[in-house]
Amino acid sequence: MEIARRMHGKTLVFLVLMVTFGPLGDVLLSRGMKRIGAVSSFSPGPLFSTFSKVFSSPAIWLGIGSLFLFFISYLLVLSWADYSYIQPVSAIGYGVVALLGYFFLHDAVTVWRWAGVLTICVGVFLVGQTPHSTTTPV
Amino acid sequence: MRIAFFLAIIVFAGTGGEMFVSRAMKRIGEVHDFSPRSLLRVMAGAFSCGTMWTGIGLMTLSFFALLALLSWRNVSFVVPATALNYALGALGGRYLLGERVSRMRWLGVALVCLGVVFVCIG
Repeated sequence: MEIARRMHGKTLVFLVLMVTFGPLGDVLLSRGMKRIGAVSSFSPGPLFSTFSKVFSSPAIWLGIGSLFLFFISYLLVLSWADYSYIQPVSAIGYGVVALLGYFFLHDAVTVWRWAGVLTICVGVFLVGQTPHSTTTPV
Repeated sequence: MRIAFFLAIIVFAGTGGEMFVSRAMKRIGEVHDFSPRSLLRVMAGAFSCGTMWTGIGLMTLSFFALLALLSWRNVSFVVPATALNYALGALGGRYLLGERVSRMRWLGVALVCLGVVFVCIG
């Protein structure tokens, strides 16, 4: 019982880290890519030029750093929890993305999108009620 | 068509990659010690495994498709649309990773997918 409780607390901490750094990374990448402009051609020259712009953008590097922290948290939590548990529960990040997109990037977020985010949150709540680990290490 | 193609790459390569990574981490076993030295040892073990690199390769492909898609559409469209990963993830968890996906978990995943549809309609 004590082990299960400790494991649950540990899972929660890493989920919070994932939900913080994942959406933050997505928003930073979006901001960086919007500044660079649409990818208009996939021929080597323009593609190389786009890549050099991408990797000289501070927003892109901050986004990559944030996604790196997300990835480490994700790896650690996957060492004990089910993939089919962690993946949907981390969807709570969509609410965070909608909020960040709305407040920081001034994206239009319609009533349907807010309803979608709410439905996702209910789904996450249901998945969160199931045991987070159903397998033994391979 | 271009949007759908890149979305498919994000969903299939992304979910496939995550399943490989999950498999690799299960081989490492549960992490109990979070000191920097212990974490480095865990990461060294994880990254010396071929399964992990297959997963990372697929996730990298998905990442570059995501970057391209983000240059064409808003983040509040792109990121929720990629949540189709969840339907594929539950199927993969059940049939490829051998996890027990209960009715409650399926229902939760279905609601997450329904939420994605609402987000796309919006």
